[in-house]
Amino acid sequence: MLGATSAIAEACARVWAMQGARLFLAGRRAEVLSAIAADLRVRGAEAVAIWAGDLSDVAVHPELIAALTAALDSPDVVLLAWGTLTEQARAEDHPDYAARELTGNFTAPIALLLGLTPAMVAGNSGVLACITSVAGERGRASNFVYGAAKGGLQRFLEGLRHRLHRHGVTVLDIRPGFVATPMTAHLAQSGPLWAEPHRVALDIVRGIERRKPVVYAPWFWRWIILVVRCLPRFVMHRTSL
Amino acid sequence: MRTRNQLAWGRVHRFTHDVLMPRDVDEAASALRGATQPVLGYGRGRSYGDSCLNEGGLLLDSRYLNRFLSFDAATGLLRAGSGVTLADVLACQCRPDRDGSAWFPAVTPGTRWISLGGAVANDVHGKNHHRMGSFGGHTRALTIMRQGGRTKQLSECDEPELYAATIGGLGLTGLIIDVTLQLRRVPGLMLLAENVRFGNLDEFYALSAESEPGWEYTVAWIDCLATGRSLGRGIFSRANHIAGPIGPTASLDNSASIGLTPPISPLNRLSLRMFNALYWRQLGWRKHARRVVPYPAVLYPLDALDGWNRLYGPRGFYQYQCVLPQATARAAVAELLAEIAKSAQGSFLAVLKTLGESRSPGLLSFPMPGTTLALDFPNRGSTTLLLLERLDAITRAAGGRLYPAKDGRMSAASFEAGYPTLSRFRKSVDPAFSSSFWRRVGGDVVPSRSASSARAMAESW
Repeated sequence: MLGATSAIAEACARVWAMQGARLFLAGRRAEVLSAIAADLRVRGAEAVAIWAGDLSDVAVHPELIAALTAALDSPDVVLLAWGTLTEQARAEDHPDYAARELTGNFTAPIALLLGLTPAMVAGNSGVLACITSVAGERGRASNFVYGAAKGGLQRFLEGLRHRLHRHGVTVLDIRPGFVATPMTAHLAQSGPLWAEPHRVALDIVRGIERRKPVVYAPWFWRWIILVVRCLPRFVMHRTSL
Repeated sequence: MRTRNQLAWGRVHRFTHDVLMPRDVDEAASALRGATQPVLGYGRGRSYGDSCLNEGGLLLDSRYLNRFLSFDAATGLLRAGSGVTLADVLACQCRPDRDGSAWFPAVTPGTRWISLGGAVANDVHGKNHHRMGSFGGHTRALTIMRQGGRTKQLSECDEPELYAATIGGLGLTGLIIDVTLQLRRVPGLMLLAENVRFGNLDEFYALSAESEPGWEYTVAWIDCLATGRSLGRGIFSRANHIAGPIGPTASLDNSASIGLTPPISPLNRLSLRMFNALYWRQLGWRKHARRVVPYPAVLYPLDALDGWNRLYGPRGFYQYQCVLPQATARAAVAELLAEIAKSAQGSFLAVLKTLGESRSPGLLSFPMPGTTLALDFPNRGSTTLLLLERLDAITRAAGGRLYPAKDGRMSAASFEAGYPTLSRFRKSVDPAFSSSFWRRVGGDVVPSRSASSARAMAESW
């Protein structure tokens, strides 16, 4: 679990812990990782190792990958779950902030996925899963900096899936909709479109078991996004989506 | 910070609050230090009335304090964040060993969708109260956070007074951060359950007396429309854990859910009459029925229908739960049932249970030896409130009391009469904390002082 302190990642880890999995958690805050690790052990994880560091710093990736392969040699599933919800208005006022966000949400995940590729190829199996977002599917006025990073990541995952197909490695692109997590705590989080993290986690875990290339969590976002993508431009421009 | 329109489970009370969802002790402490309005911890919102609400105040939602801290599989001692739900505990710790035996909560109420913090704050009880007492009897320690963000470890040895005040203390003594709970061994996760039909209140008491020594879980459904010689007729349910492997269990997620509130409640007088008539006859010509079922079917029947509270429609419902002391219970229950039958306002799920001798550890704990009666009343405005006041009068005259977790309308006088330890409890209330319930029953007004001097005193703390 890379970005293991995110609410969605933690919820997924809980599902796997209950199945008795061995887990490796990487994230920024060491004390939070230890608390999560203790929780996962109580829930039934066979072993939990942690690594604390800044995942958006590409320079530490080799150290992280070494720690990961030392703990699990060839992992069955790698889940990249870190990311920050970019504030659109702030990004428009401060392009340097936008650039930092793009590093965290786009550049660094790609560097890390490329770094992980040799180990996965050597194992000739396994799943590389990365959490993107439904926001990545069409540029929209309300969040196109975040959307651009996630959309670019989606294109990268598509190519990586093509590249790793012949090695038996599945690449999953997980696109959650509105999830009630601390990342979105400033929003109202109520209404039928909002889902609890454990709901989304069950969809993700099932998607990984079934090796679905693209997972919408919850499922209905596939159709919502289809509609949004198909809106003609003259209609789209009249909305504030 | 964001504002949220928060409903209680009964859907009658809807208040606006500021809400924060602290992820750890530090965030909780800074939330408390920054609060300019009264604070209340909020779990899963399963309290029926306004005891889980804090109108115009700050709710500290414990949903992210939901990590387990430790579990000793040899002793069954569990330490967990206050936002961990009973459903989490059941899923993670209550898994059968090879022989089918398992750890299990000693006390569980009728839903598993409650937080451990809420279970402590309401000192909940369950169908095995006559054996196991209430939830607070099985907690071993608590961590709470008081005004200014100071944490305190509480147990029977450390600050026993504050510990006793926090159990059943409705969240008024501070924010519950974590709970240390003693689980107990059960021989298996399947229950042998028996239903027995009974014709009136005397038969209920005879069945209770007969069942209590040999059966762990007992409860009775009452046909609240029956009158005269059939007054108090119903179906007595009793169950025991049995050894052996568990069959297919209900999954952690609900099988069905009511997503929208129907504009007109399907629970009306006609459907009530039909349901009660049919339910009482469910056993057909037999008087007994036995079956072996996974525990959720007996302990959490309503959990199978998520959001069942919406069925009462947009106006919501009141739940009335009182306990009556042994000496007066039989007569008072008959009087209450007669009053309810006369009003024809009662509901589908009227529940009667005898409570055991075991002393509750909390100062404001609800259970006492005697009989508890619980039932829902669709909210029909003043007609309902007037009926409930008549019920209050009967309860009070019998020396009984109401359950704050279910209440949304009792008077300050009723509350004071029911809880003689109230003035002792008040000394442990944290001045930064309050709830809509607490203000409604006059809890924040120190008696014998004027309101303004009480406020001045609170500010000077």
